[in-house]
Amino acid sequence: MIEIRWHGRGGQGAVTSVELLALAAIEEGKYAQGFPSFGPERRGAPVAAFNRVDSERIRIRSGIYHPDVVVVLDESLIGLVNVTEGLKPNGKLIVNTSKTAADVKKILNYSGAIATVDATGIAWKELGVPITNTTMLGALVKVTGVVGLDALNGPVEHRFGRIASKNMAALKRAFEEVKIN
Amino acid sequence: MGKRKGMEIALAAAEAAALCRPDVIAAYPITPNTHIPEHLSDIVAEGRLDAEFICVESEHSALSACMGASGAGARVFTATSSQGLLYMAEIMAIASSMRLPVVMALGNRALSGPLNIWNDHSDIMSQRDTGWISLFASHGQEVIDMMIQAFRIAEDRDVMLPVNVNLDGFQLTHVVEVMNFPLQEEVDAFLPVYKPYASLHPDHPCSMGTLGLPEIFSEATRAREAAIVNSRKTILKVWDEWEKRFGRRYEPIESYKMEGAEFAVLTMGSMGETAEVAIDALREKGVPVGLLKLKLWRPFPYEDLKKAVKGVKSLIVMDRAVSFGGPGGPVASEIRSALYDEPSRPDLTNYIFGLGGRDVTVEDFIAMIDKVRLADKKRPKEHYEFYGVRGE
Amino acid sequence: MANKKWPENWQDVTPGCIVSEPGSASQYHTGDWRAQKPIWDNTKCIKCGVCYIFCPEGCIIEKEDGFFEADLDYCKGCGICAHECWPLAIKMVEEG
Repeated sequence: MIEIRWHGRGGQGAVTSVELLALAAIEEGKYAQGFPSFGPERRGAPVAAFNRVDSERIRIRSGIYHPDVVVVLDESLIGLVNVTEGLKPNGKLIVNTSKTAADVKKILNYSGAIATVDATGIAWKELGVPITNTTMLGALVKVTGVVGLDALNGPVEHRFGRIASKNMAALKRAFEEVKIN
Repeated sequence: MGKRKGMEIALAAAEAAALCRPDVIAAYPITPNTHIPEHLSDIVAEGRLDAEFICVESEHSALSACMGASGAGARVFTATSSQGLLYMAEIMAIASSMRLPVVMALGNRALSGPLNIWNDHSDIMSQRDTGWISLFASHGQEVIDMMIQAFRIAEDRDVMLPVNVNLDGFQLTHVVEVMNFPLQEEVDAFLPVYKPYASLHPDHPCSMGTLGLPEIFSEATRAREAAIVNSRKTILKVWDEWEKRFGRRYEPIESYKMEGAEFAVLTMGSMGETAEVAIDALREKGVPVGLLKLKLWRPFPYEDLKKAVKGVKSLIVMDRAVSFGGPGGPVASEIRSALYDEPSRPDLTNYIFGLGGRDVTVEDFIAMIDKVRLADKKRPKEHYEFYGVRGE
Repeated sequence: MANKKWPENWQDVTPGCIVSEPGSASQYHTGDWRAQKPIWDNTKCIKCGVCYIFCPEGCIIEKEDGFFEADLDYCKGCGICAHECWPLAIKMVEEG
């Protein structure tokens, strides 16, 4: 079973990310959970969202304290929120940033595996808005292979309708451009 | 057969209710249950369900409207949580006394004080004596299945009682997971058109909700108690039919790894799923522990409980609610009372935990079980114990 | 309450205490409670119908000739009709 924690700000679509990922995994015949950090709506405030993906039925319903993967949607959270808290020793950190991996690692005092992608830049270009939730899905899929890239087509199409193709474009660019260190 | 689909469980609950073709839905939103009535209003607006969706201004009106509609012969549905349930409280007992088959989805949320929107069972426990049939779902599939079963059970001529389906707020309502959705044809075959015992129709008028003088109240109440106790027969029959049609089995108390169990943990709701993982881990280490997942809360499953704990030396009952100043958590008090007259019964430890959304982890279960099984004296001194409370 | 027959056993109570006989309240002749009854003076009555509207029991009936009288099976003698009749056509008279 793989456990993923997403960090974002309320309104940036972290909940949508986990939902799309869960639905993609389910379409592939896997079992998945996607859920937000439970609480009232808090636009702009740091929030977390979670995924579990497994080939067997998932029974654990508690929060995720030791994720295998952490995804950071918003660069401004680095240094503000302890995004690597509980991340497993062999876990992976995927960050939306224009900085270098080395710089991010220094700020976080983190020495594990890290992948970086300028998702904000990609989102601006492909979507016209700095909302990186779908973009970062592409990076996540490249780094972890948790679902096949194609599995996201259906859920993204269903969720975004006429702007689905733009989201897929951003997603695919991140898939290509993410730098795995 | 059904359709395998990923969906947020609250939305799935709404879809399941819609499959049952309710005629009237009157509901008021309250976190964490909001998505249920909200999604139903979408379904009605999209034309997928031919129903009257009444946007009432309060939960009191929601249940009142449902009752009136049910009295007129409509199939009705509502949903709420916590404070919303308390706002409906006046009518909870009335709906059951009038033998109206109202179905309600309850996204379990803590009763305020302090204000808390997160999960625990205090809301339903405050209403346990109102004469509603109560089912507890532990995961998305059970939510869908029980929602559909609820209508069938409620409307049965041998029952004619309101039913609430309990699903943990946030822990279940806000989780996206995979479920198998019965097809409309399958639900139609399982759930016939509602034929009310009596309805407020001008062609055959009757009076409902009349005054009951002391000369009649005791007999009327006794009859109500008989109705809910007897409903057990229908519930088991409906569950048998469900298994035949859909291949999924339901029992008042589901046993997990109870073979040769000296210790048993009893849970209600989604914490049972997490508990299973803890039981697996302990069984790996050779600990003779099993799990009982209680799904039917009212009518209380006396027979199933007695059978389930045969041979068990120590029963650990998990409560996600407090009965202030009372003899323990609500579930433990009732279990203790149910087993009181048994010639041999297990020691009973009651843990109260997971209040107001406090997370319930695999490690917590293991710790609680270890505390009991490694204790010096097996019979606990306290009637109940708070777990995971700082300073305790 | 003399005519009221309660179910012998709890098993005989109707589900939900439903009363299937419509309008069964009319079997209860509350006129037994009366100490005074209303008498109309039709020389003063202007057939305005105010007594009919105000009667809380709903037992005042309009006769064919347009004048009014109380159905003594149900009239409890509350005197509201006499109180409201502004032409003073109704007088409350002791029973018996």
